[in-house]
Amino acid sequence: MNKLAVVLFTVLLLGACGEKPQSAGGSNRDTPPYMGTGVAAFTEPGSKVGDKTSWELALRARTQFGQNEFSRGQ
Amino acid sequence: MARMKFICDSQRCIECNGCVTACKNENEVPWGVNRRRVVTLNDGIPGEKSISVACMHCSDAPCMAVCPVQCFYRTDEGVVLHDKDVCIGCGYCSYACPFGAPQFPSQGTFGVRGKMDKCTFCAGGPEANGSEAEFEKYGRNRLAEGKLPICAEMCSTKALLAGDGDVLADILRNRVVQRGTGAEVWGWGTAYGTKAGGKDAGAKS
Repeated sequence: MNKLAVVLFTVLLLGACGEKPQSAGGSNRDTPPYMGTGVAAFTEPGSKVGDKTSWELALRARTQFGQNEFSRGQ
Repeated sequence: MARMKFICDSQRCIECNGCVTACKNENEVPWGVNRRRVVTLNDGIPGEKSISVACMHCSDAPCMAVCPVQCFYRTDEGVVLHDKDVCIGCGYCSYACPFGAPQFPSQGTFGVRGKMDKCTFCAGGPEANGSEAEFEKYGRNRLAEGKLPICAEMCSTKALLAGDGDVLADILRNRVVQRGTGAEVWGWGTAYGTKAGGKDAGAKS
């Protein structure tokens, strides 16, 4: 009985050593961009809503071919 | 995973302010607020350089660290955004930001500064993507439309580049090799450098 009390006391005591999360910034409640806007008129033609890989590849291609004239010239 | 970044190539910027105008128009930014502006270094001295400055969406953003109400958050793409419903307009972020990105509209409640406004990398805010509420508070969500920020896409000389950091670094490397100069990228080390060094190799902050 005494042993159990010591164990319980120790667990309670060590519980106070726990830390609250200290990361900066609030929680991200945002919808990911690859989910699209639902407004077809403004969305890039050919976009696949909800497909993260496709969105990333499309944006990567847009970055490369839209801004790198060296690769555009080749 | 794409890590979104900005680069301004000072060798190419011609101080046309096209990025500033495009940003204001696309996001319907209120009077007195400039999410992006063009700064000229050594103005009037031969060899002066201009750079386009806005929120750089830092890897270790000081604004996030000092915000007392934790209104900032970082998306999976590395874009630093904030929630205007949580912001109390204290202005701490403005003091912490090395780029002077946080802006405050003059017509706030009780005559004091209002909710902070800054570049969103054209990624909107916590409201539903493409919604009217999101547009009114944060502007267009071009990333969700499959597009890049309007400032970079509008840049006539492609001095201002936006997108995946790896691709941007590759584009700049290609340019530097071709022209043989201009490897210094203003603000790159400050925004995306390591915590220990504060700078990337070969970058100038």
